[in-house]
Amino acid sequence: MTNKKVKVATTSLAGCFGCHMSFLDLDERLVELVEHVQFDRSPLTDIEHCSTDCDIGLIEGGVCNSENVHTLREFRKNCKILVAVGACAINGGLPAMRNHISLEDCLNEAYRDGLGVENAQIPSDVELPLLLDKVHPIHEVVKIDYFLPGCPPSADVFWKFLTDLLAGREPSLPYELVHFD
Amino acid sequence: MSKTIVIDGKVIPFEDGQTIIQAATAAGVYIPHLCHNPKFTPNGSCKLCTVKVNGRNCSACTFPASEGQNITNISEELNDDREKITQMLFVEGNHFCPSCEKTGNCNLQAVAYHLGMTDNHFPHFFENREVDASHPDVMIDHNRCIFCTLCVRASQQEDGKNVFAISGRGIEKRLVVNSESGLLKDSDLDVNDCAAHICPTGAILIKRTGYNVPIGQRIFDHAHIDTVALAAEGASHDE
Repeated sequence: MTNKKVKVATTSLAGCFGCHMSFLDLDERLVELVEHVQFDRSPLTDIEHCSTDCDIGLIEGGVCNSENVHTLREFRKNCKILVAVGACAINGGLPAMRNHISLEDCLNEAYRDGLGVENAQIPSDVELPLLLDKVHPIHEVVKIDYFLPGCPPSADVFWKFLTDLLAGREPSLPYELVHFD
Repeated sequence: MSKTIVIDGKVIPFEDGQTIIQAATAAGVYIPHLCHNPKFTPNGSCKLCTVKVNGRNCSACTFPASEGQNITNISEELNDDREKITQMLFVEGNHFCPSCEKTGNCNLQAVAYHLGMTDNHFPHFFENREVDASHPDVMIDHNRCIFCTLCVRASQQEDGKNVFAISGRGIEKRLVVNSESGLLKDSDLDVNDCAAHICPTGAILIKRTGYNVPIGQRIFDHAHIDTVALAAEGASHDE
């Protein structure tokens, strides 16, 4: 076995960063983890784009806008193993609860007609990514290799999954670690 | 000498008139299911209990046990089919477990856990389904209905009423309420009715009780559905 560290990239698409916070709940185990793992593109490192040789990509959140699609495709292109982390990545989650409401109605409610809205206008800055008409689970956009359910998955889920992979085992979660909530 | 069937190599006694799932449950063998409840007439709709009987697929909840049956219950093929069926139930409705009161006590979720399901595989329908919160004590969230008809059967066979029915066919199928307005408040459903408590998912809920038991301390947070179902239904069978 070589000493080359495994490259892990992470991102949050249409998520709340709760899964990333849960990942940080690894606490002192993070010290052990970074012995074997090097973080690439991630909110934890502020690296903007994936290296071309990432080993594991952890994706939080579903796909709600054009930027999410580009990010997700960049991760798929550059990560050997791509993982859907948490309920939103797996089934769209809470953001997907807008899916039976038209995008126009959503925007009007949030930015024009909603209670307490001042200077009402629909944001249209060219810098803003365009919203998709529906929020999609990430497996509807790219091939996903593993799914870590939970809202969020507990730190123990990340630990079990990553230590399995690092040891060259097929990752498997015991019953107590599998929760959809 | 009693008559027997064989399930996954295990010899299991049965009495005439028993279905395969009744004989299996009495012998402590769990066959995954959602629409089956030993208290009510079998419905055979969810197909999770599909087993191979002498090489042919049959619903264990409706198929009578008979001498000479060699039955496969647990196999990779059957459990893969069961997982796909469960995934189809998840994408057809809107099952967002983190925002559902029933999470942890939900049979649909627990069957998914049992089958090792971690994703929904298929494209989601994201259909718009209604919530009926008109009744003072009971609510229906149609987003989570899987059309198992347990509430329909419980109302008719246990409560002596006729509150629920399934209307339409195939993908148009919907749970409907027997009242002039179609609303639960105008039906004769009572909060103490069996039909109000029988839902295996979070489609029919009792108001103001959703978080009496905290998440993390619920039935399936620590116990597998096979153990839970055998304990409940084995006891029910003995009655």
